[in-house]
Amino acid sequence: MSIWDYANPTRFLRLVQIVLPWLIGLCVLAFAAGLYMSFFVAPEDYQQGDTVRIMFIHVPAAWLAMMCYSIMAMSSLGTLVWKHPLADVSAKSAAPIGAAFTFMSLVTGSLWGKPMWGTYWVWDARLTSVLVLLIMYLGLMTLWRTMDDPIKAGKAAAVLTLVGALNLPVIKFSVDWWNTLHQPASVVRMDGPTIHPDILWPLVIMAIAFTLLFFVLHLMAMRNEIMRRRVRALRQRAASVSFPSTATASTQAAE
Amino acid sequence: MSSWAMVLFQRDLRLSVRIGGSAMVGVLFFLAVVTVIPFGVGPDLNLLARIGPAILWIGALLATLLGLDRLFQADREDGTLDLMLMAGRPLELVVLIKCLAHWVATGLPLVVAAPLLSIFLNIDPVAMGAITLTLLVGTPALTLIGAIGASLTVSLRRGGLLLAVLVVPLAIPVLIFGVSAADAAIHDPVPFMTPFLILCSLSLIAAVIGPIAAALALRFAGD
Repeated sequence: MSIWDYANPTRFLRLVQIVLPWLIGLCVLAFAAGLYMSFFVAPEDYQQGDTVRIMFIHVPAAWLAMMCYSIMAMSSLGTLVWKHPLADVSAKSAAPIGAAFTFMSLVTGSLWGKPMWGTYWVWDARLTSVLVLLIMYLGLMTLWRTMDDPIKAGKAAAVLTLVGALNLPVIKFSVDWWNTLHQPASVVRMDGPTIHPDILWPLVIMAIAFTLLFFVLHLMAMRNEIMRRRVRALRQRAASVSFPSTATASTQAAE
Repeated sequence: MSSWAMVLFQRDLRLSVRIGGSAMVGVLFFLAVVTVIPFGVGPDLNLLARIGPAILWIGALLATLLGLDRLFQADREDGTLDLMLMAGRPLELVVLIKCLAHWVATGLPLVVAAPLLSIFLNIDPVAMGAITLTLLVGTPALTLIGAIGASLTVSLRRGGLLLAVLVVPLAIPVLIFGVSAADAAIHDPVPFMTPFLILCSLSLIAAVIGPIAAALALRFAGD
């Protein structure tokens, strides 16, 4: 059982059909347990009160935002090095999910920041690098949308994803430097006191639930993308059958 | 530098200087950006002296972005790029030479214009030298990183805007260290050499990653 067995989209779709219901079930269970624990079991913070519960959404979303980019980077490696046929499908369908998680962590972060820090946005190192990550996700999605040919778009996006993966640590590190150089006194720390088990457990379960949610959405998006490509291929074939001369002209123009 | 590289360099330089005068247009745009900012923030000379390095760096970044779409597109339109792909020369080296020629034609004029423009911003001579030095070291990195965006968008009809969106996040470290090195020269207690050396290293890293990634993308766009 190697990853090459699933290079065949039909076989991959069959696997998805088997795995997906179980994954959805687990995801729902984990969310039920995690949400219950974070709303009713976890105690209020003695300083932050109920607003600490934002953390149970915010922190897993931020983790997932980064995990999603690393999955895209690995898929891009799969596209460029091993030329795995499903790698660019995986990378393409992960991008919007990653952008959504990044956006979610930014929104919940600023909603949390307003009562705690007194402002929605600070040019703190961590916030800034997450914002840059969001811009990169959106740029990658745009690159995919602007190219007609999915194979070419996948390769171009893979190059950009890998360059971005090399650059993200540099961006993170330089933003840290930039922040500490200019305002060393008012650095806002997000790691408060060490986390108590009462809060840690709901957080861990929510993180598992978010990861499961990511895999559910990712598999669904990959399935949709494979279907979309099949529809595209069928349409092209139908067009070339009914209008042989114009169809060849249009495919040449597309290349 | 072997002969074919020299010929390619001279060809690219000649084309970019003669056709459309892109070098001068870039400097004019730089001048326009620097002129516009005092209208936005007000003509307070102390404030301008304080944010001057940032204004010059952002102006240089924008001017570089504006010229980048011509890096490969003109060659693709007239078929030269296909010849370069098939010529059997290492494509990474071809990209590097093209970037070098592009930088000499568009980046170097910006560096030369920077001291003149810093007079408008009330920047004292020492800082003027520091800013010019950081731009001299940092603008090649902008061109080389931009080459990645230019090669990715080369087959698109209106790639210029997308190119800017793709390149700006990658150019943030260069901007940060360029501005902090220039700032360090103005405000004494901060050391100048640390950010400056990091800026140098960023340019060197870009000189490796840029041509490799751009050559990869050009091969995919070509076949």
